[in-house]
Amino acid sequence: MSAQEKIANAMNTTVTAEASTVSRREFLGLTGSGLFVFFWAGPGEFFQETPRPPSRGGYPSDFNAYLRIAADGRVTCFVGKVELGQGAMTSLPMLLAEELDVALASVDIVMGDTDLCPWDMGTFGSLSTRQFGPVLRRAGAEARAALLEMAAERLKVPVEQLKVKEGVVSDASGSKRVSYGELVQGKHIERHMEKVGLKPASSYGILGKAEVTARRDGRDKVTGKAKYAGDFVLPGMLHARVLRPPAHGATLKRADTSAAEKMEGVRVIRDGDLIAVLHEQRDAADKAKALIKTEYDIPPATFDDKTVFEHLLKDAPKAEVVDESGDIAEGEKLSATIVEETYLNSYVAHATMETHTATATVENGKVTVWAATQTPFPTKQQVVQALQVAPEKVRIIVPYVGGGFGGKATNSSHVVEAARLAKLTGKPVQVMWDRSEVFFYDPFRPAAVVKIRAGLDSGGKITFWDFRVVGAGDGEAKVFYDIPHKHITSAGGWFGGNPPGLHPFAVGPWRAPSANTNTFARESHVDILARKAGVDPVEFRLKHISDRRMCHVVQTAARQFGWKPAAKKRGHGFGVSCGIYSGTYVAMMAEVEVEERTGAVQVKRVVSVQDQGATVNLDGTRQQMEGAIMMGLGYALTEEVHFRGGEILERNFDSYELPRFSWMPKIETVVVENPNQPVSGCGEPPIINVGAVIANAIYDAVGARVVQLPMTAERVKAGVKRD
Amino acid sequence: MRRTITFTLNGKPTQIETDDERLLLWVLRYDLGLTGAKYGCGEGLCGACTVVVNDEAMRACTTTLREVAGKSVLTIEGLEREGKLHPLQEAFLRHHAFQCGYCTSGMILSAYALLRKTPRPSMEQILKHMDDNLCRCGSHPRVVDAIQEAAGAVKERA
Repeated sequence: MSAQEKIANAMNTTVTAEASTVSRREFLGLTGSGLFVFFWAGPGEFFQETPRPPSRGGYPSDFNAYLRIAADGRVTCFVGKVELGQGAMTSLPMLLAEELDVALASVDIVMGDTDLCPWDMGTFGSLSTRQFGPVLRRAGAEARAALLEMAAERLKVPVEQLKVKEGVVSDASGSKRVSYGELVQGKHIERHMEKVGLKPASSYGILGKAEVTARRDGRDKVTGKAKYAGDFVLPGMLHARVLRPPAHGATLKRADTSAAEKMEGVRVIRDGDLIAVLHEQRDAADKAKALIKTEYDIPPATFDDKTVFEHLLKDAPKAEVVDESGDIAEGEKLSATIVEETYLNSYVAHATMETHTATATVENGKVTVWAATQTPFPTKQQVVQALQVAPEKVRIIVPYVGGGFGGKATNSSHVVEAARLAKLTGKPVQVMWDRSEVFFYDPFRPAAVVKIRAGLDSGGKITFWDFRVVGAGDGEAKVFYDIPHKHITSAGGWFGGNPPGLHPFAVGPWRAPSANTNTFARESHVDILARKAGVDPVEFRLKHISDRRMCHVVQTAARQFGWKPAAKKRGHGFGVSCGIYSGTYVAMMAEVEVEERTGAVQVKRVVSVQDQGATVNLDGTRQQMEGAIMMGLGYALTEEVHFRGGEILERNFDSYELPRFSWMPKIETVVVENPNQPVSGCGEPPIINVGAVIANAIYDAVGARVVQLPMTAERVKAGVKRD
Repeated sequence: MRRTITFTLNGKPTQIETDDERLLLWVLRYDLGLTGAKYGCGEGLCGACTVVVNDEAMRACTTTLREVAGKSVLTIEGLEREGKLHPLQEAFLRHHAFQCGYCTSGMILSAYALLRKTPRPSMEQILKHMDDNLCRCGSHPRVVDAIQEAAGAVKERA
């Protein structure tokens, strides 16, 4: 199953037979003059693989993005992707401007509006640039080719003798000139994308350059003018607070709202399973909600955050083979040493700073919702189903989103709640979840167990690799080291299809799904093998890697870090970890300081090296790499969801501890220049190494092998005693 | 208690008649239309709602209107002067010291309060002062760079 399919599964998108699609003309309506290029970008392979594609009710099926070149020379790209902070609204126009040979400032982008943009699955999985980028570039090249043909005719100069600069076509001497805008004046031209060649990397003027391209969202974000879903404040708007159960699986026996109803200006709505209090002031709505008296039946808890691992091993679905070669029994015979270990990780929250928020209004039967979501189109479908209205009666607009990381990809109930309540009250309604609601409904990164057995021969070569992951999913479970005998299986995961009750609450994709868990286990285990073999961990890895790009990132990291297998003073340690995610090669090295008495870990320095093929936006890549390191410190050191059955004990940031300024290591990022390889993912890959690189550095510092994430001070301290 | 509360908001005298127990965050956002201050946690744990009250960084989500009566409140909307960004805003922009931007208003105003008291903060002072402002995107290194760069410029402007 591809990541896209897994998201579709997790979204529980209903596949409808009617799947009514409309024609391009119907969708666009009256569009006026200009050159239009329509193209299909994104999860194309996915739809060919699946027998029944998700419904795109009300949208054309032959394109999911298009661009327009208007008579004023401006270029506009319409795409259903959203800006989560990852910088897509800056990097996507760069791709287009490059291939079109127009000034970057003349390119506009319209994103995440279900009335203006064609259907799109969603923004996740590092797909915006990786899958969308190449297609967008080809669309730009297609438009340029069409415009050159028109210019050749107009100027009576053969195409081969024309050149383009900043949207103006001219002959070699520059005496005959015509702009893109003049060429399309009074015309309406539509083109489907055909096969057109792209610019070679050597002639790039915009992509991959060292000069920093200013983020388009910058001025809005430093002045407070950037609007998020909660910043749409409509006249007469009510703030809604929805009644929540104390635990997943709890059933409501009784809710007494009489005290709340007595408060001035409070409206109470009961509609099936939805009980909400609304008021023009958020404070008053909060107070009213606190007055509701409830009684619930809560099923007894059968496991908690400490016993979940046994539960996973017992109740996991049947394991599937991810990869195998040779014969494990043969490998065992060749082994002088066998190392077996079990690695654990707890549930981890997305904890975006913006809570799930939606502002809805109904005017003349049309529902408009400004929504914080990574998936506006599937979310629209949920609203259509909940309200039982025609698709054209619902419009989802995604403004700036305050972080996603997968946490706003599969859970859109806030949007449905706002739309339902707006319809029921006849007033604009804002639903802004409080922090405890976000923890309660977060589709957590799943808890998981990884068991690895591996052998070493007398020459220090790995003989076999028996890897079994339960709960996390198969992402990056494969091993890229040269090992003759291997057997790799995966059972259950972050996507749909787990047996009921395996996880007592929602789980879902968390930045680089599965890969953080699997990389932590693999790279910890390889480190143990290296120590057993008495070989430096970097040298040991290089001895087992034949992939040239993998070798290169590890060697580059070692050079940048100044990796020396030398004795350090106790309490100081170096670690290494490497991996491949989303087609991108990443290597990381870190220095830590461990206080043995308390187990407290301070990460002093991190070097992160990344080969992502061609680079679109270098500064954007560095922002993602730095962000991944800071975010990764959390799952490595503190982040862990405590729970008892369906009850989430985490309510706020006092118990669930995110990385802070004082944790900040010295960070160095190196982006390998590889312009002739296709663009691969950039935002997720570097986070996969953070757990293992710190685990390995802790071992180097104090000899404690910590096999459970997060590596809290307590666990490190226990490890120091144990070893 | 419902009464008229008077305070200075972004340099302008402001009056509002409402319950003085109401929280500054909701009043700023929904009564006064200043949505730059964000809700993140509601308990003063994340800093997304930070505003400056009489030169002190305060969490608007746990501050009542009564507490700001007669005082001077500065929000992100009040930092720009005659269309010119404050040096901290300039520095955040130049360093791309944000990704999703949801914590940014609070970051800038926390840093503003720091620089009012300590115009040339050491690295240690910056980390200590900013430690309770959370950022999930991990823009911390760039925020620190931006604050360091702005430190000199702020002094000149003040």
